[in-house]
Amino acid sequence: MSVGVFILVSAIKSLIVLFALLTAVAYTVWLERKVVGHMQNRWGPTRVGPFGLLQPAADGLKFLFKEDLTPPHVYKPLFLAAPMMAVIFALTSISVIPFGNSIPLFGYNIPLQITDVNIGLLLILGVTSMGVYGVALAGWSSNNKYSLLGGLRASAQMVSYEIALGLSLVGVLIQSGSFSLRTIVDAQGGRFLGFIPRWNIFHGQFVAFFIYLMAAYAETNRIPFDLPEAETELVAGYHTEYSSMKFAMFFMAEYANMITVACLATLLFFGGWHGPLLGPPLVQAVLPVFWFLAKVFCFLFLYIWVRGTLPRFRYDQLMSFGWKFLLPLAIANLVATAIAVAW
Amino acid sequence: MVPLSYYLLLSGFLFGCGVAGFLIKRNIITIFMSIELMLNGVNLSFVAFAAHWHSLAGQVFVFFVMVVAAAESAVGLAIIIAVYRTRETLNVDQVNLLKL
Amino acid sequence: MSFHLILFLAFGAVCVGGSVNLLAQRHPINSALSLIAVMAALAGEYLLLGAEFVAAVQVIVYAGAIMVLFVFVIMLLNAGEEEETKGSRVALLLGVPGVLTASVLMAWVVLRHSGTEAVAIGALPGHPTDIAQLLFHDFLLPFEVTSVLILIAIMGAVVLASKPESAARKVD
Repeated sequence: MSVGVFILVSAIKSLIVLFALLTAVAYTVWLERKVVGHMQNRWGPTRVGPFGLLQPAADGLKFLFKEDLTPPHVYKPLFLAAPMMAVIFALTSISVIPFGNSIPLFGYNIPLQITDVNIGLLLILGVTSMGVYGVALAGWSSNNKYSLLGGLRASAQMVSYEIALGLSLVGVLIQSGSFSLRTIVDAQGGRFLGFIPRWNIFHGQFVAFFIYLMAAYAETNRIPFDLPEAETELVAGYHTEYSSMKFAMFFMAEYANMITVACLATLLFFGGWHGPLLGPPLVQAVLPVFWFLAKVFCFLFLYIWVRGTLPRFRYDQLMSFGWKFLLPLAIANLVATAIAVAW
Repeated sequence: MVPLSYYLLLSGFLFGCGVAGFLIKRNIITIFMSIELMLNGVNLSFVAFAAHWHSLAGQVFVFFVMVVAAAESAVGLAIIIAVYRTRETLNVDQVNLLKL
Repeated sequence: MSFHLILFLAFGAVCVGGSVNLLAQRHPINSALSLIAVMAALAGEYLLLGAEFVAAVQVIVYAGAIMVLFVFVIMLLNAGEEEETKGSRVALLLGVPGVLTASVLMAWVVLRHSGTEAVAIGALPGHPTDIAQLLFHDFLLPFEVTSVLILIAIMGAVVLASKPESAARKVD
């Protein structure tokens, strides 16, 4: 593939993935409102379009037309930059996530991934670490006691659970031997005993999966760890002073983080796009993407299910859970995996 | 192809800015950040020489420098918090006596 | 004007701009943000030299953890803008020309006497497996010693930053 073709193909892939991700973010909001509504024995959005499917479009229009108020005493440069940072870092990690095998198109074999770097998993961890800035700087620049406390709490929580998140992934890395996400998924092909798929969760990373799940819920500030942005707590936490598009950007960043976490969970623990391949060859080329999306959808449903069911942790309970329980458990998992692999 | 001296110049410039910041600035946190800038300049020099002499030991040493910088910043920031609690100021010109 | 040179100059411009901005800004939060920009650009420079693991660790550890600590402390202590004192004016008058002279001298020496051997793009690929080989075989002792160092730093930071007990004793 020449340089020009490579650049063109990458640009087209980036545009398609970005558009798909933004649409997915909008419809994840719709899914959450419907599912939480049904769990609470009410309908959720039903009026705008069939089953309320046009509700995200209506919400987008609403955000565009709302008054974009910048309070007078905020620190303007950071006030404007913080939601942009949050969205940029949330959308960057999708660039190394593979959706399926290669597709032969126009004579080239195009891998279904924007770029396959050797350090794909480290890149995602790095972008997650940088995502703390959007929250911390939003809280500080708002020049408001509640925002500052919410921002400090949120960033302390994110930084604490990043460690457990990273350590839970190291077990997977030891078993797969590479940071590249495509290599990790390829190592999960095949089956045990003929019918159990060789996914990492069945291959010894059962505890690591649950550590990852809990750490990811805390990283993305979702219930049961959403104290910093709960409306009944510090007014609204770090996004108290934000209105209209900037507020929408924080929401987009949160849901994009959710989707990234769900994609990572399927890639690292549930075999990515591996699934039964049935049907004619044309269908077989597209079926891996369908399996991947189905698994990601299951994870998003799990996120929303937990949101509708559990109460939230108090801040000190949250921090002691992360440091005193998850971190030692993750280290124990790492040691056990290392011993098992070395044997 | 970029000559090695360009990387060394950039590294030297970063180190020089770190030294200048350490001497000029009066806010204790900014002084500490200048120290981090100096360490980053040195890291670039290490990696550039590792690429020049084809020895991965340079990159491993950068890893150690980063670990030491992390430990040092944790303790240094704790000291800054303790100084702020007793002196109520972050200006080094006012922290020049051992007597409170 | 090869692509390598263009990328090097782009990242280098961000490094230079960020470090000058760190000196020029009066509020520490602006200095912190420029330092984060410098570190991110340095990660790009490391990638140009092929050190991919080091670049990733730079972003995760330096820009994503150490600078978060700095930003926390600035937020907690509510650091305000710097005031100009007599000492700082003297330092500005003497320090800036002094450092400039020293750096011009050093640049002249480096450019004249070091060779013009070029470093190729991605010259020494620093794969995590190769670095791990070195780290856990040749550099095992420094690795273990740094882990003890981090433990000491954690204990020191916890002790130094905890509130003094005199406030509790006043209740009795």
